[in-house]
Amino acid sequence: MPDSVTPYDGPVLEIEDLCLSYYTRAGEIPAVVDFSATLAAGESIGLVGESGCGKSTVAMAIMRYMGNNGDIVGGTVKFKGRDMATLSDEELRQIRGAEIAMIYQEPMAALNPSLTIGSQLMEVPMTHDGATQDEAFKRAVKMLSDVHLPDPERVMEAYPHQISGGQQQRVVIAMALLSSPSLLLLDEPTTALDVTVEAGIVELIAELSKKFNTSLLYISHNLGLMLEVCDRICVMYSGEVVEEGHIDSIFSWPKHPYTHGLFGCIPLPHADKNARPLMAIRGQLPLPHERPTGCYFGPRCDFFEAGTCDEKLVKMSEVHTDDDPAHRVRCQLWNSLDHDALVSMSEAKPPAEIGETVLEVDGMQKYYEVRDTSMAAMISGEGVRQVKANEEISFRAGRGETIAIVGESGCGKSTFAKVLMGLEQATDGEVRMGGVNIGDLSVKDRTAKQLGSLQMVFQNPNDTLNPSITIGAQIGRVIKKFGVESDPVKIQERVLHLLDMVKLPRDFAIRKPRQLSGGQKQRIGIARAFAGNPAMVIADEPISALDVSVAAAVTELLTDIQRDNQTTLLFISHDLSAVRYLADRVIVMYLGLVVERGTTDEVFSPPYHPYTEALLSAVPIADPEVSKRRIVLEGNLPSALNPPKGCPFSTRCHRRIGEICDNEPPPVQFNADRHGIACHIPMEELCEVEPVIKVAEKHSGPEDIAPVA
Amino acid sequence: MTDIAQTVSPAPTPGAAFMRALKSFALLRESTPGMVGAALVLFWVIVAILAPLIAPFDPLASLQPMAKPGTVYAQGGTFWLGTDHLGRDILSRIIYGSQTVLFYAPLATLCAYTLGIMMGLAAGYHLGWWDIVLSRISDIILSFPVLVLYIIIIATIGSSGINIIIAITFASAPGIMRIVRGLVLDLRNRDYVAAAQTRGESAMYIMLVEILPNARGPLIVDACLRLGYVIITIGVLGFLGLGLPPPDPDWGGMINETRKMAMIFPHMTIFPCIAISSLILGFNLLADGLREVSLRD
Repeated sequence: MPDSVTPYDGPVLEIEDLCLSYYTRAGEIPAVVDFSATLAAGESIGLVGESGCGKSTVAMAIMRYMGNNGDIVGGTVKFKGRDMATLSDEELRQIRGAEIAMIYQEPMAALNPSLTIGSQLMEVPMTHDGATQDEAFKRAVKMLSDVHLPDPERVMEAYPHQISGGQQQRVVIAMALLSSPSLLLLDEPTTALDVTVEAGIVELIAELSKKFNTSLLYISHNLGLMLEVCDRICVMYSGEVVEEGHIDSIFSWPKHPYTHGLFGCIPLPHADKNARPLMAIRGQLPLPHERPTGCYFGPRCDFFEAGTCDEKLVKMSEVHTDDDPAHRVRCQLWNSLDHDALVSMSEAKPPAEIGETVLEVDGMQKYYEVRDTSMAAMISGEGVRQVKANEEISFRAGRGETIAIVGESGCGKSTFAKVLMGLEQATDGEVRMGGVNIGDLSVKDRTAKQLGSLQMVFQNPNDTLNPSITIGAQIGRVIKKFGVESDPVKIQERVLHLLDMVKLPRDFAIRKPRQLSGGQKQRIGIARAFAGNPAMVIADEPISALDVSVAAAVTELLTDIQRDNQTTLLFISHDLSAVRYLADRVIVMYLGLVVERGTTDEVFSPPYHPYTEALLSAVPIADPEVSKRRIVLEGNLPSALNPPKGCPFSTRCHRRIGEICDNEPPPVQFNADRHGIACHIPMEELCEVEPVIKVAEKHSGPEDIAPVA
Repeated sequence: MTDIAQTVSPAPTPGAAFMRALKSFALLRESTPGMVGAALVLFWVIVAILAPLIAPFDPLASLQPMAKPGTVYAQGGTFWLGTDHLGRDILSRIIYGSQTVLFYAPLATLCAYTLGIMMGLAAGYHLGWWDIVLSRISDIILSFPVLVLYIIIIATIGSSGINIIIAITFASAPGIMRIVRGLVLDLRNRDYVAAAQTRGESAMYIMLVEILPNARGPLIVDACLRLGYVIITIGVLGFLGLGLPPPDPDWGGMINETRKMAMIFPHMTIFPCIAISSLILGFNLLADGLREVSLRD
């Protein structure tokens, strides 16, 4: 090939006016309408947009891997100057995996479970470079240490299921980099991972792309991550790029109403549920074959002008800013829009009054017994082992208050919700609601009133409703079951009232769940939870499966209903941004233990528990004016079957002070009245820690920002 | 409020249910094997219903022994498929025999399904002791070769229509239970089941309303396949002399009675064989078509 003789020094990837379609039973579906991008060597470009906007399709088209029913309808994809459409299958095979590598969302699905990691890694240089077994082994080990995996030789021998999710993703990255590709496509590489693990992977990707001079195409729905990884960014909406430019330029002066909308949906540090609530984008993404004429964003845009926006296809226009000549936007009105007004359009709402105590949790414990029937366990006498899912949880929740429980997966937050709901029983301690201990009352033993006063909003919108029953019947059943109404007409009336409350059309009552979108299903889930006039609602990650704009709408709905009904909300989440935005009080959990609790302000500012500090640092924030201190946690969450003897966090703690951490459970120290931190480090020292997140003074204009290199 | 009654229809009317059935049938049209299967099954159903009108002779009457196909009967009419060793018209016997098959096979399948679903729901939802006991019972039954099981059961309780149903239910329910249990194990962890639990629904309500309707897809496909097997089973039982007592027309019995003469008078055996095969083929193709359609959406 000529490329290998004379080094190619043009852009690695050039995409021009790309049009992609899928052919299905329903006809041609134009997934991507107009996409152009150029990627220079070593540059990283981010592709951001909501699900269904065509981000992944673009990545697949770059590899020319569109499946049986997808095809490039127009435009060109040039990789190192060669048009991908003209290459033969054999040439494509040489490029795929060797020059363009891809990293997927689910690391477990990307690795073959029946081969050792070593053999899967060694395959890459042996296939693409014709390396010998020994060479391949050496290169694989070297690469594993490059991705910071401890003990690479041991990892080579392991099978994928024997290492953690974060380590698996590191292996996948190593595999992608082994053939030293010039282009790396990353499709939501950290979405399936916990925040602290995500922070490590993101740092690794940024570091490696510099080290190997690899160009990156980073696909994500998370604007905060983009800010940490990418040089440039393309915002996609409904199959086309609506705005592109340098990352600082887009984040500081977004020009397209959709980009503005996206920022309005993210709970940034300065957002507040009362003073500055989130601004959801109304409506939903149009289906590919139902796109409006003119601007695709028109029907959802607040600045829509009939006659201008719905006439003809909108072309990209240049935004000439001093420091970013490449900033382009697909909007006809961008020049006349008042961009400052766009930022602060949300209206303030009165804060909720916090009333008398509704729920009191006192030293609640939940242990599971795990029976090990192996011979070894019987001989050593450890046949029954305890998993401490929850240990010593205590807090009070007042009427109208929002309490958040934060922690990574496996920290016991869902177990706690199950105990509250009566699906599990507490091993010890008390959970008092309305003066009655419900901790050891199972659902079967609870009265209809007790059940109705404590309801739950679930995580997965596709799972939360019974697909066989109409929406109306499902909500009606709850009303009847909790004895709110018994007359069928009155029940029907209340069902419709609840649909009004969650802002859905009344005829949804006769629809089946499959006719609804994810956000709509989640609204029905909220309506169902509030049907029995609950005193308290538990929301277990209610927005984590939703797109940003939908999540913002659901969050706003939840807070509005909560405020109107004076309901106590227990918000379980791993997303610290959402927690900071929503919660009045925060409980941080790690491995079943409450490590820190207090009001939101207390928890989010020093003194921190070291784990809270690391969590805060790990959350990507989509605001260039926020500077963060970087703390990346080493190692993995210990197994709950075999937790550390002393402080549960001691194995990963960056502020570990010595043996006392390993051997003795930490005492709870109180800084303020109800702000407790479980740590061995003296409170005075914790108080001296610098804040993790610093919000710079609001800039007045472009000239304040350092010019872009 | 009057407008509520107008905006929300109280319950799906029979008309709506019919429209839904029609819609799923329209989907089936996209699968050629499914349509062929449906046509075969429909053909035999119509034959069974119209048997008294279309059968040329009395299926039990002894008319003219061992007539070849196409023989003209002296007292009027033609033996299109010939007659058997006792002089009974084979076409008429096949036509009436379809009534037997299409009565007992669906009924037996329905009984097997009722029992299998109950066992599967109980085992899969409650787990623990329910699961251990029910699964072991079904393992024991499944460990017998099916045919041996039928012979033991029928030999013990005698051969009659009801006993065929009992034997088939007993032998097929464990297999159905396994399928149902597997589906329930998945569905019981859905959030809507947790929602039902947390509003204090009874286990029976959750199993029948929240879980079972959502398992219907794979079960409908399996029921079609199983119906085919049950037809084979009824045929085999008839062949072994364990089916319906003679002289009622029974396809399996017809094959058995005539097999010794199959070399000389093949028509006596071949036509009942074709009848059985076509009906089973029909159900299998229908199952394939349903599966294909259900996988597509």
